[in-house]
Amino acid sequence: MKENAKIFIVAGLLLAIGLALFVSPFASGSPDGLNRVAIDEGFDKSAKGHALDDSPFAGYAVKGIDNERVSKGISGLIGVLLTFGIGLAMFGALRSFRARAHPRPVEGQP
Amino acid sequence: MHIPDGFINAGTSLAAGGVAVGGLGAAVKKTASDMEDKQVPLAGLVAAFIFAVQMLNFPVAGGTSGHLLGGVLAAVLVGPWAGAICVSVVLLVQALFADGGLTALGLNILNMALVTSLGGYVLFLGLRRVLPTTKASIVAASGIIAALSVPASALVFTLEYALGGNGSASVTTVGAAMIGVHLLIGIGEGLITAATVGAVLNVRPDLVHGAAGLIAPLELRTAPATGR
Repeated sequence: MKENAKIFIVAGLLLAIGLALFVSPFASGSPDGLNRVAIDEGFDKSAKGHALDDSPFAGYAVKGIDNERVSKGISGLIGVLLTFGIGLAMFGALRSFRARAHPRPVEGQP
Repeated sequence: MHIPDGFINAGTSLAAGGVAVGGLGAAVKKTASDMEDKQVPLAGLVAAFIFAVQMLNFPVAGGTSGHLLGGVLAAVLVGPWAGAICVSVVLLVQALFADGGLTALGLNILNMALVTSLGGYVLFLGLRRVLPTTKASIVAASGIIAALSVPASALVFTLEYALGGNGSASVTTVGAAMIGVHLLIGIGEGLITAATVGAVLNVRPDLVHGAAGLIAPLELRTAPATGR
Protein backbone atom coordinates (compact mmCIF):
# COMPACT_ATOMS: atom_id res chain seq x y z
CA MET A 1 0.00 0.00 0.00
CA LYS A 2 1.19 3.49 -0.78
CA GLU A 3 2.33 5.58 2.15
CA ASN A 4 -0.44 8.19 2.07
CA ALA A 5 -3.07 5.47 1.72
CA LYS A 6 -1.70 3.98 4.92
CA ILE A 7 -1.88 7.37 6.62
CA PHE A 8 -5.48 7.73 5.45
CA ILE A 9 -6.49 4.37 6.92
CA VAL A 10 -4.71 5.02 10.21
CA ALA A 11 -6.21 8.52 10.50
CA GLY A 12 -9.69 7.16 9.71
CA LEU A 13 -9.32 4.41 12.28
CA LEU A 14 -8.15 6.91 14.91
CA LEU A 15 -11.20 9.05 14.13
CA ALA A 16 -13.53 6.05 14.53
CA ILE A 17 -11.81 5.11 17.80
CA GLY A 18 -12.06 8.69 19.05
CA LEU A 19 -15.79 8.86 18.23
CA ALA A 20 -16.54 5.52 19.89
CA LEU A 21 -14.34 6.13 22.93
CA PHE A 22 -14.95 9.80 23.69
CA VAL A 23 -18.15 10.89 21.90
CA SER A 24 -20.47 7.86 22.17
CA PRO A 25 -20.73 8.16 26.00
CA PHE A 26 -22.44 11.51 25.42
CA ALA A 27 -24.82 10.32 22.67
CA SER A 28 -28.58 10.49 23.21
CA GLY A 29 -29.89 7.67 25.38
CA SER A 30 -33.49 8.07 24.16
CA PRO A 31 -35.12 5.12 22.39
CA ASP A 32 -34.38 5.15 18.65
CA GLY A 33 -37.08 5.55 15.98
CA LEU A 34 -38.11 1.89 15.90
CA ASN A 35 -38.16 1.54 19.69
CA ARG A 36 -40.15 4.76 20.03
CA VAL A 37 -42.79 3.46 17.59
CA ALA A 38 -42.82 0.08 19.37
CA ILE A 39 -43.43 1.79 22.73
CA ASP A 40 -46.08 4.16 21.33
CA GLU A 41 -47.90 1.41 19.46
CA GLY A 42 -47.59 -1.14 22.26
CA PHE A 43 -45.54 -3.85 20.56
CA ASP A 44 -42.37 -3.18 22.59
CA LYS A 45 -43.63 -5.84 25.03
CA SER A 46 -43.26 -8.53 22.37
CA ALA A 47 -39.45 -8.09 22.48
CA LYS A 48 -37.72 -11.11 23.95
CA GLY A 49 -34.49 -11.00 25.90
CA HIS A 50 -31.34 -11.17 23.79
CA ALA A 51 -29.51 -14.49 23.71
CA LEU A 52 -26.31 -12.60 24.48
CA ASP A 53 -27.70 -10.45 27.30
CA ASP A 54 -25.13 -12.11 29.53
CA SER A 55 -22.27 -11.29 27.20
CA PRO A 56 -19.60 -9.23 29.00
CA PHE A 57 -20.35 -6.41 26.54
CA ALA A 58 -24.18 -6.51 26.51
CA GLY A 59 -25.81 -3.12 26.08
CA TYR A 60 -22.54 -1.38 25.06
CA ALA A 61 -21.09 -1.68 28.53
CA VAL A 62 -18.14 -3.64 29.85
CA LYS A 63 -18.86 -5.87 32.80
CA GLY A 64 -16.86 -4.75 35.82
CA ILE A 65 -16.54 -1.08 34.83
CA ASP A 66 -19.05 0.81 36.92
CA ASN A 67 -18.64 4.29 35.46
CA GLU A 68 -21.29 4.27 32.72
CA ARG A 69 -19.46 6.63 30.38
CA VAL A 70 -16.11 4.90 30.68
CA SER A 71 -17.85 1.56 30.26
CA LYS A 72 -19.65 2.64 27.09
CA GLY A 73 -16.54 4.27 25.65
CA ILE A 74 -14.43 1.18 26.15
CA SER A 75 -17.14 -1.08 24.72
CA GLY A 76 -17.13 1.21 21.69
CA LEU A 77 -13.36 0.96 21.36
CA ILE A 78 -13.58 -2.84 21.49
CA GLY A 79 -16.39 -2.81 18.92
CA VAL A 80 -14.47 -0.59 16.49
CA LEU A 81 -11.32 -2.72 16.70
CA LEU A 82 -13.32 -5.94 16.38
CA THR A 83 -15.25 -4.61 13.37
CA PHE A 84 -12.05 -3.42 11.69
CA GLY A 85 -10.35 -6.77 12.35
CA ILE A 86 -13.25 -8.88 11.10
CA GLY A 87 -13.74 -6.58 8.10
CA LEU A 88 -10.06 -6.75 7.11
CA ALA A 89 -9.97 -10.53 7.55
CA MET A 90 -13.16 -11.02 5.56
CA PHE A 91 -12.34 -8.70 2.67
CA GLY A 92 -8.75 -9.94 2.62
CA ALA A 93 -10.01 -13.51 2.35
CA LEU A 94 -12.43 -12.60 -0.45
CA ARG A 95 -9.65 -10.85 -2.31
CA SER A 96 -7.30 -13.81 -1.97
CA PHE A 97 -9.94 -16.25 -3.27
CA ARG A 98 -9.99 -14.25 -6.46
CA ALA A 99 -6.22 -14.01 -6.57
CA ARG A 100 -6.02 -17.79 -6.46
CA ALA A 101 -8.80 -18.38 -8.97
CA HIS A 102 -7.66 -15.74 -11.48
CA PRO A 103 -4.00 -14.82 -10.99
CA ARG A 104 -3.45 -11.22 -12.03
CA PRO A 105 -1.43 -10.60 -15.16
CA VAL A 106 1.99 -9.12 -14.56
CA GLU A 107 1.67 -5.35 -14.25
CA GLY A 108 2.30 -3.45 -17.43
CA GLN A 109 1.03 -6.25 -19.66
CA PRO A 110 -2.45 -6.13 -21.13
CA MET B 1 -33.59 0.55 13.88
CA HIS B 2 -32.25 -2.75 15.20
CA ILE B 3 -35.11 -5.23 15.48
CA PRO B 4 -34.91 -7.27 18.70
CA ASP B 5 -36.05 -10.88 18.90
CA GLY B 6 -39.81 -11.19 19.19
CA PHE B 7 -41.08 -8.16 17.23
CA ILE B 8 -41.50 -10.19 14.05
CA ASN B 9 -42.62 -13.83 14.05
CA ALA B 10 -40.34 -16.77 13.33
CA GLY B 11 -41.65 -17.49 9.82
CA THR B 12 -41.10 -13.96 8.57
CA SER B 13 -37.71 -13.77 10.30
CA LEU B 14 -36.70 -17.03 8.65
CA ALA B 15 -37.84 -15.80 5.22
CA ALA B 16 -35.86 -12.57 5.71
CA GLY B 17 -32.91 -14.72 6.77
CA GLY B 18 -33.16 -16.52 3.45
CA VAL B 19 -33.20 -13.24 1.53
CA ALA B 20 -30.23 -12.02 3.58
CA VAL B 21 -28.22 -15.18 2.85
CA GLY B 22 -29.03 -14.90 -0.85
CA GLY B 23 -28.14 -11.20 -0.98
CA LEU B 24 -24.92 -11.61 0.97
CA GLY B 25 -23.98 -14.62 -1.15
CA ALA B 26 -24.26 -12.47 -4.26
CA ALA B 27 -22.33 -9.69 -2.48
CA VAL B 28 -19.51 -12.10 -1.57
CA LYS B 29 -19.30 -13.32 -5.16
CA LYS B 30 -19.25 -9.82 -6.64
CA THR B 31 -16.76 -8.55 -4.09
CA ALA B 32 -14.43 -11.50 -4.58
CA SER B 33 -14.35 -10.85 -8.32
CA ASP B 34 -14.30 -7.04 -8.35
CA MET B 35 -12.53 -5.79 -5.25
CA GLU B 36 -9.12 -4.24 -5.74
CA ASP B 37 -6.27 -4.74 -3.29
CA LYS B 38 -6.25 -1.11 -2.24
CA GLN B 39 -9.93 -1.33 -1.26
CA VAL B 40 -9.40 -4.06 1.36
CA PRO B 41 -8.17 -1.82 4.20
CA LEU B 42 -10.66 0.88 3.15
CA ALA B 43 -13.55 -1.59 3.41
CA GLY B 44 -12.39 -2.59 6.90
CA LEU B 45 -12.18 1.07 7.84
CA VAL B 46 -15.66 1.80 6.46
CA ALA B 47 -17.11 -1.00 8.60
CA ALA B 48 -15.26 0.23 11.72
CA PHE B 49 -16.30 3.84 11.07
CA ILE B 50 -19.96 2.85 10.66
CA PHE B 51 -19.80 0.87 13.90
CA ALA B 52 -18.51 3.96 15.71
CA VAL B 53 -20.99 6.39 14.18
CA GLN B 54 -23.94 4.04 14.77
CA MET B 55 -23.22 4.52 18.49
CA LEU B 56 -23.75 8.26 18.17
CA ASN B 57 -27.50 8.54 18.66
CA PHE B 58 -28.67 12.07 17.97
CA PRO B 59 -31.93 13.42 19.37
CA VAL B 60 -34.90 13.91 17.04
CA ALA B 61 -38.46 14.82 18.02
CA GLY B 62 -39.58 14.39 21.65
CA GLY B 63 -37.64 11.75 23.55
CA THR B 64 -36.61 9.89 20.43
CA SER B 65 -33.17 9.41 18.94
CA GLY B 66 -31.80 8.21 15.67
CA HIS B 67 -28.45 6.96 14.42
CA LEU B 68 -26.66 6.45 11.15
CA LEU B 69 -27.47 3.28 9.20
CA GLY B 70 -24.50 3.78 6.89
CA GLY B 71 -25.59 1.64 3.94
CA VAL B 72 -25.48 4.41 1.36
CA LEU B 73 -22.25 5.80 2.83
CA ALA B 74 -20.60 2.38 2.54
CA ALA B 75 -21.95 1.85 -0.99
CA VAL B 76 -20.63 5.20 -2.24
CA LEU B 77 -17.21 4.61 -0.66
CA VAL B 78 -16.55 0.95 -1.50
CA GLY B 79 -19.35 -0.04 -3.88
CA PRO B 80 -22.79 -1.50 -3.16
CA TRP B 81 -21.79 -5.14 -2.76
CA ALA B 82 -18.81 -4.57 -0.48
CA GLY B 83 -20.89 -1.89 1.26
CA ALA B 84 -23.62 -4.41 2.11
CA ILE B 85 -20.95 -6.70 3.57
CA CYS B 86 -19.51 -3.81 5.63
CA VAL B 87 -22.86 -3.05 7.26
CA SER B 88 -23.50 -6.78 7.82
CA VAL B 89 -20.17 -7.10 9.65
CA VAL B 90 -21.25 -4.16 11.83
CA LEU B 91 -24.58 -5.86 12.58
CA LEU B 92 -22.79 -9.10 13.44
CA VAL B 93 -20.43 -7.38 15.90
CA GLN B 94 -23.37 -5.48 17.41
CA ALA B 95 -24.95 -8.82 18.30
CA LEU B 96 -22.08 -9.26 20.80
CA PHE B 97 -23.34 -6.09 22.44
CA ALA B 98 -26.87 -7.59 22.52
CA ASP B 99 -28.03 -4.96 19.99
CA GLY B 100 -30.43 -6.43 17.42
CA GLY B 101 -31.82 -9.92 17.98
CA LEU B 102 -30.04 -13.04 16.77
CA THR B 103 -33.19 -14.47 15.17
CA ALA B 104 -33.79 -10.98 13.74
CA LEU B 105 -30.31 -10.79 12.18
CA GLY B 106 -31.70 -11.64 8.74
CA LEU B 107 -34.36 -8.93 9.06
CA ASN B 108 -31.77 -6.41 10.19
CA ILE B 109 -29.34 -7.31 7.39
CA LEU B 110 -32.17 -7.01 4.88
CA ASN B 111 -33.38 -3.64 6.22
CA MET B 112 -30.11 -1.95 7.12
CA ALA B 113 -27.53 -3.49 4.79
CA LEU B 114 -29.20 -4.75 1.60
CA VAL B 115 -32.03 -2.22 1.14
CA THR B 116 -29.78 0.75 1.89
CA SER B 117 -26.58 -0.33 0.12
CA LEU B 118 -27.95 -2.08 -2.96
CA GLY B 119 -31.21 -0.16 -3.38
CA GLY B 120 -29.60 3.10 -2.36
CA TYR B 121 -26.72 2.73 -4.81
CA VAL B 122 -29.05 2.22 -7.76
CA LEU B 123 -30.83 5.46 -6.86
CA PHE B 124 -27.48 7.20 -6.25
CA LEU B 125 -26.31 6.29 -9.77
CA GLY B 126 -29.62 7.51 -11.21
CA LEU B 127 -29.35 10.84 -9.43
CA ARG B 128 -25.65 11.19 -10.33
CA ARG B 129 -26.53 10.82 -13.98
CA VAL B 130 -28.88 13.82 -14.01
CA LEU B 131 -26.50 16.04 -12.03
CA PRO B 132 -23.38 17.74 -13.41
CA THR B 133 -20.18 15.71 -13.17
CA THR B 134 -18.66 17.46 -10.18
CA LYS B 135 -17.53 16.62 -6.67
CA ALA B 136 -20.42 18.65 -5.31
CA SER B 137 -22.87 16.44 -7.22
CA ILE B 138 -21.41 13.29 -5.70
CA VAL B 139 -21.70 14.79 -2.23
CA ALA B 140 -25.26 16.02 -2.83
CA ALA B 141 -26.42 12.75 -4.40
CA SER B 142 -24.90 10.75 -1.51
CA GLY B 143 -26.63 12.92 1.06
CA ILE B 144 -30.03 12.96 -0.62
CA ILE B 145 -30.13 9.21 -1.27
CA ALA B 146 -28.83 8.47 2.24
CA ALA B 147 -31.63 10.62 3.67
CA LEU B 148 -34.19 8.67 1.62
CA SER B 149 -32.67 5.29 2.52
CA VAL B 150 -33.81 5.63 6.15
CA PRO B 151 -37.58 5.95 5.49
CA ALA B 152 -37.13 3.26 2.79
CA SER B 153 -35.71 0.97 5.43
CA ALA B 154 -38.63 1.90 7.72
CA LEU B 155 -41.03 1.01 4.89
CA VAL B 156 -39.46 -2.44 4.56
CA PHE B 157 -39.81 -2.89 8.32
CA THR B 158 -43.50 -2.02 7.92
CA LEU B 159 -43.86 -4.76 5.29
CA GLU B 160 -42.25 -7.22 7.69
CA TYR B 161 -44.60 -6.07 10.43
CA ALA B 162 -47.53 -6.58 8.03
CA LEU B 163 -46.34 -10.12 7.27
CA GLY B 164 -45.52 -11.21 10.78
CA GLY B 165 -45.56 -8.44 13.36
CA ASN B 166 -46.25 -9.50 16.94
CA GLY B 167 -48.37 -6.50 17.83
CA SER B 168 -51.99 -5.40 17.87
CA ALA B 169 -51.45 -1.97 16.27
CA SER B 170 -52.60 -1.76 12.66
CA VAL B 171 -50.09 -1.84 9.82
CA THR B 172 -51.09 1.64 8.65
CA THR B 173 -50.57 3.11 12.12
CA VAL B 174 -47.18 1.48 12.52
CA GLY B 175 -46.21 2.36 8.95
CA ALA B 176 -47.16 6.02 9.29
CA ALA B 177 -45.31 6.33 12.62
CA MET B 178 -42.23 4.49 11.32
CA ILE B 179 -41.94 6.49 8.11
CA GLY B 180 -42.68 9.78 9.91
CA VAL B 181 -39.95 9.46 12.51
CA HIS B 182 -37.47 8.00 10.03
CA LEU B 183 -37.92 10.91 7.64
CA LEU B 184 -36.51 13.03 10.48
CA ILE B 185 -33.70 10.58 11.27
CA GLY B 186 -32.95 10.51 7.54
CA ILE B 187 -31.94 14.17 7.69
CA GLY B 188 -29.15 13.21 10.09
CA GLU B 189 -28.20 10.26 7.88
CA GLY B 190 -28.00 12.56 4.86
CA LEU B 191 -25.86 15.15 6.63
CA ILE B 192 -23.40 12.61 8.07
CA THR B 193 -23.15 10.79 4.73
CA ALA B 194 -22.60 13.98 2.73
CA ALA B 195 -19.99 15.27 5.20
CA THR B 196 -18.08 11.98 5.19
CA VAL B 197 -18.17 11.50 1.41
CA GLY B 198 -17.12 15.15 0.99
CA ALA B 199 -14.19 14.72 3.37
CA VAL B 200 -12.92 11.56 1.65
CA LEU B 201 -13.40 13.15 -1.80
CA ASN B 202 -11.19 16.03 -0.68
CA VAL B 203 -8.27 13.94 0.49
CA ARG B 204 -8.52 10.71 -1.52
CA PRO B 205 -11.01 11.02 -4.39
CA ASP B 206 -9.54 7.86 -5.90
CA LEU B 207 -10.89 5.88 -2.93
CA VAL B 208 -14.51 6.88 -3.55
CA HIS B 209 -16.16 4.13 -5.58
CA GLY B 210 -19.18 6.28 -6.38
CA ALA B 211 -16.94 8.99 -7.86
CA ALA B 212 -15.50 6.70 -10.54
CA GLY B 213 -15.53 8.58 -13.82
CA LEU B 214 -15.19 11.88 -12.00
CA ILE B 215 -11.50 11.29 -11.45
CA ALA B 216 -10.88 9.57 -14.79
CA PRO B 217 -9.15 12.63 -16.29
CA LEU B 218 -6.52 12.40 -13.56
CA GLU B 219 -5.36 9.12 -14.99
CA LEU B 220 -4.09 10.91 -18.09
CA ARG B 221 -1.42 12.67 -16.06
CA THR B 222 2.07 11.27 -15.99
CA ALA B 223 2.60 9.74 -12.61
CA PRO B 224 5.89 10.52 -10.90
CA ALA B 225 8.00 7.42 -10.40
CA THR B 226 7.44 6.18 -6.90
CA GLY B 227 8.82 3.15 -5.14
CA ARG B 228 6.16 0.82 -3.83
